[in-house]
Amino acid sequence: MTDAPVKLDQQDERVVRYTGVRGAARDFVQRVRGGDLGSLPVILGLVVIWAVFQILNPNFLSSTNLVNLTMQSAAVGTISIGIVLVLLLGEIDLSVGSVSGLSSAILAVGFVQLGFPLPLVLLASLVAGVLAGLAFGFLRTLFGVPSFVITLGGLLGILGLQLFVLGKTKSINIPFDSIIVQFGQQWFLPAWSSYTLVAIAVLVFAWNSLALSRRREAAGLSALPVSIIAIRSGGLLVFLGVATWYLNLSRGVGAPFALFLLLVVIMHFFLTRTRWGRSVFAVGGNVEAARRAGIRVNRVYISVFVLCSLFAALGGLMAAARAASANSSSGGGDTNLNAIAAAVIGGTSLFGGRGSAFSAVLGIVVIMSINSGLALLFLESYVQYIVTGAVLLLAVVIDSLSRRSRAAAGRA
Amino acid sequence: MNTTTKSRTAEQLLSLRGITKRFGAVRALSGVDLDVYAGEVVAIVGDNGAGKSTLVKILAGVHPQDGGTISFGGVPTSIPSPTDSRDLGIATVYQDLSLCDNLDVVSNLWLGRELRKGGALDEVEMEQRSWTLLRELSARIPSVRIPVASLSGGQRQTVAIARSLIGEPSVVILDEPTAALGVAQTAEVLNLIERLRERGLGVILISHNIADVQAVADRIVVLRLGRNNGDFRVADVTSEMIIAAITGASDNSVSRRAALQEESDS
Repeated sequence: MTDAPVKLDQQDERVVRYTGVRGAARDFVQRVRGGDLGSLPVILGLVVIWAVFQILNPNFLSSTNLVNLTMQSAAVGTISIGIVLVLLLGEIDLSVGSVSGLSSAILAVGFVQLGFPLPLVLLASLVAGVLAGLAFGFLRTLFGVPSFVITLGGLLGILGLQLFVLGKTKSINIPFDSIIVQFGQQWFLPAWSSYTLVAIAVLVFAWNSLALSRRREAAGLSALPVSIIAIRSGGLLVFLGVATWYLNLSRGVGAPFALFLLLVVIMHFFLTRTRWGRSVFAVGGNVEAARRAGIRVNRVYISVFVLCSLFAALGGLMAAARAASANSSSGGGDTNLNAIAAAVIGGTSLFGGRGSAFSAVLGIVVIMSINSGLALLFLESYVQYIVTGAVLLLAVVIDSLSRRSRAAAGRA
Repeated sequence: MNTTTKSRTAEQLLSLRGITKRFGAVRALSGVDLDVYAGEVVAIVGDNGAGKSTLVKILAGVHPQDGGTISFGGVPTSIPSPTDSRDLGIATVYQDLSLCDNLDVVSNLWLGRELRKGGALDEVEMEQRSWTLLRELSARIPSVRIPVASLSGGQRQTVAIARSLIGEPSVVILDEPTAALGVAQTAEVLNLIERLRERGLGVILISHNIADVQAVADRIVVLRLGRNNGDFRVADVTSEMIIAAITGASDNSVSRRAALQEESDS
């Protein structure tokens, strides 16, 4: 150990070095104490919620119920990915519910009433989302109107468009044997393919970590030892494997949920590993600094609003596919707030510049667990609203508190 | 006195002649000249409203000048936008630093110029080059993977200055780099400025602090009410002379009384 050259990033004597597996564990404790909570509060909260509901109703953690939970999560979760993006910029989009409702309506009217081919109708729905996002983006960047107001207008205006598209028919059923409804309700990954996907995910993770570690070693930087990479990969394998196995006890992993997870992983890659993602975080942290660094700030705003509305439109399609219908209240009610609450509960800061695509998954699973648990207890919907509201407030309080302790511990 | 007649081995990087700038009825700059040579620290000093910031903004491409010429490396040029300024090789470190607090040091250093490898960010290369750059500047940053918000004022200033070097500029403009710093941190930043000079850069240092300026500058250009009011070599000048030039001491109540006294005496 004494002969090894000191790594480039560990030469400063003030840097405390933790080595080995125990060191990694101590490092983790230090980070949490410093307010860098990451996903820890949500995961703990989820454990508590699941434990409470399981005690109250032993069916809660049954495979059947958890499969239902994943199926319920997919549509709003997809909308929530877009919300994560706008929150990262420190903006908000209140129109996602209406945009998803509009895309449901376009799907039902175009496919069922007018009999257009499905791909064309799907494309039209998504294009409608892109156009809405472009409108918000341009209004935001050209006139500097707060996105809260723009998208509040969008909420009403697009709801109007949705009602216009639906016309006199207030509710349209989509045939059960159509591909889109099959996708939304009936398609599950066969067991072998779900395990194959888990294996691929773990292998990609392990290979990436190893490659990164090797490159850092070669560059004279500190690198994760193989032992820790092995532990992490093993942990991921166990977690994903057990989850898949448990879901496979009943119907398995639904196609919409798999699509949702895929989209989250893709957005995570774009946010953390590309220039565009870096500029999203930079704009969310300090717009003026980003502008001076030569980032085309307006393009970042517009791209994020477009993506957000696109995810909302896609979520609307998934919701219509699952419900096998679209009506004037599609995307209404609590869709909007659930999507926004999911992003915040999942750990994306309302203050901009901090968060992760995975918060959409964690947040929506928390919200849907509450919904499902309370429904199993045959409680009326008012309890559901109150509990979801309380959890949202708790998440925001944790966000603010951890911001404060991060400042004290120098982790900003 | 005339600096341009002095024999110079260094090449002239930047030359401003007769720069004027008006904001409505206010003439912020009227006929200002400025030369910057490679490997030289030029301090621009002056009272509030002397035109220092306006001059910096013209060089940074924030406002174009109304009149006068700018030549860069002997070639007449114009700087209509911040991007043009950067492309010429002028890097500006603003007073408010312009760092993203939520991003780590590496991300801030490379912001807007990220290195890529196969489409994705090349974090390893960026981190390695960050360390190399910070070592060259003898900067004392404990870790480049912590958010900038957790750094001290001096360290943040160091990061801001180091960032300006990523684009390999030939002129660096520092706007009040020591304004909000303590004694030790100020010393750290002044050392850093000397290292910029050693790298052969032309450094324009805007400052209110005469002691800092005298410690590190080679030449001091005084602006007063939008005009040149002195161009001194640091070796030949005392702080009283600089302050006199800044305040226009030849035209103040004390000097007027002195002048009246002399008249009545004679």
